[in-house]
Amino acid sequence: MVWTKKHLLDIESLTAEEIVTVLDTARAFKAVGERAIKKVPALRGKTVVNLFVEPSTRTRISFELAEQRLSADIINFAADASSFKKGETLKDTAKNLEALNADFIVIRHSASGAPHFLSRVLNSHVINAGDGAHEHPTQALLDAFTIREHKEKISGLNVTILGDILYSRVARSNIWALTKLGAKVTLCGPSTLVPKTFEQMGCRVTYDVDEAIRDADIIHLLRIQHERQRKTMFPSINEYTQLFGLDKARLAKTKPDALIMHPGPINRGVEIDSEIADCDRSLILEQVTNGLAVRMAVLFLLNGGKGPQEIA
Amino acid sequence: MPESVTILDANAIQRALTRIAHEIAERNENSAEVVLVGIPAGGVPLAERLGKILSEIWKQPVPVGSLDVSMHRDDLDRRAAPKIYPTEIPFDVNGKTVVLVDDVLFSGRTIRAALDALNDFGRPKKIQLAVLIDRGHRELPIKADFVGKNVPTAPDEKIIVRENEVILERK
Repeated sequence: MVWTKKHLLDIESLTAEEIVTVLDTARAFKAVGERAIKKVPALRGKTVVNLFVEPSTRTRISFELAEQRLSADIINFAADASSFKKGETLKDTAKNLEALNADFIVIRHSASGAPHFLSRVLNSHVINAGDGAHEHPTQALLDAFTIREHKEKISGLNVTILGDILYSRVARSNIWALTKLGAKVTLCGPSTLVPKTFEQMGCRVTYDVDEAIRDADIIHLLRIQHERQRKTMFPSINEYTQLFGLDKARLAKTKPDALIMHPGPINRGVEIDSEIADCDRSLILEQVTNGLAVRMAVLFLLNGGKGPQEIA
Repeated sequence: MPESVTILDANAIQRALTRIAHEIAERNENSAEVVLVGIPAGGVPLAERLGKILSEIWKQPVPVGSLDVSMHRDDLDRRAAPKIYPTEIPFDVNGKTVVLVDDVLFSGRTIRAALDALNDFGRPKKIQLAVLIDRGHRELPIKADFVGKNVPTAPDEKIIVRENEVILERK
């Protein structure tokens, strides 16, 4: 198919065909990462601004390396060293960055909708690297890519997302992506963190962990996001681990080919038992490798112009 | 309705490929050094067919690979992002004579990208170019070493290469 989107703001507005195009393109970029020379000139002469208003380590370095592997020039703009502290608005900061001829702005922001706002006021391509509790589209794309590498097709799979759903943009983007691709999504966690309203997104909500993971092909664990919780949503971390943590006893009751995913950073001994995180059913580090390929694919697709796809 | 003219039929394509294979064999005395690399999509099946004919001529297998050039194109921000095909080069290109194979030679920009992309895999001793159709209108100083058929065209005409025929489509 021909890619026509200028920005990557969320998964909600993508079609299944567009998601599959990203995944197919990412496969080619993963192969580039396995060559002796891992760099290609696709974005030579383009400038990418990484505007991380909310702290991030793994997503930021993944985007940075993806941009470098595509030969783009990079400006890193971190919240702590920036002018936000001097009172400049997001729009003014972004306009100033665009005045440096930035072609792409990769934004991470604590406010939901910040990337959408920038896409309306800027001419640059905008990529959402996580906005509040709204979406984290490249995470969902790399998760889908990782699942597809192991299970061939996503349609018909049972995927259980376990943990803090309420505050998780990863969960929302994953629910959109997986349901669009035909997977059956089950959400589970403390009832305070998994409101029934999520059923409106086309997934099932349950509070019985053993039932939630019994038939799962993929168990997707999420971290408890202390930084987003204004008040305590469950009695204690210990109780959370007892009730919802994935340990050996619980894993023994799942399908033998069920695979474990986690967007990181993992809290060993909280949502996941340390040994399970390192076992051969864990895809956690593959997710990191695939994230690079998926982000290269997104930058490559958005960089396309308005002309036809095939030129002799 | 666009008007279509058949330029090559199945027999003519096979004859052209056989001739190109003999020319490659004549030009390259050391057969062990020659590898073929097709440019997707059109060049890959042609590289495979040439590889088969050459292995019969030389009585030894000739390695065949494919090289996608999308990431090395110079027009990426002027067109919708191209579909990327697999790159498979299951041999070392260092010190080899690489014969690039494509279906149609037009502006020469795909070949420029291919020379650049091939560079990422090593330093061949020589690179040669084989095309089934040369339709003219070069925009770069690039010339094919082996040509199946030269076809004078207008810039807005289209050349369609299928397994069993080559068609010229006029507007």
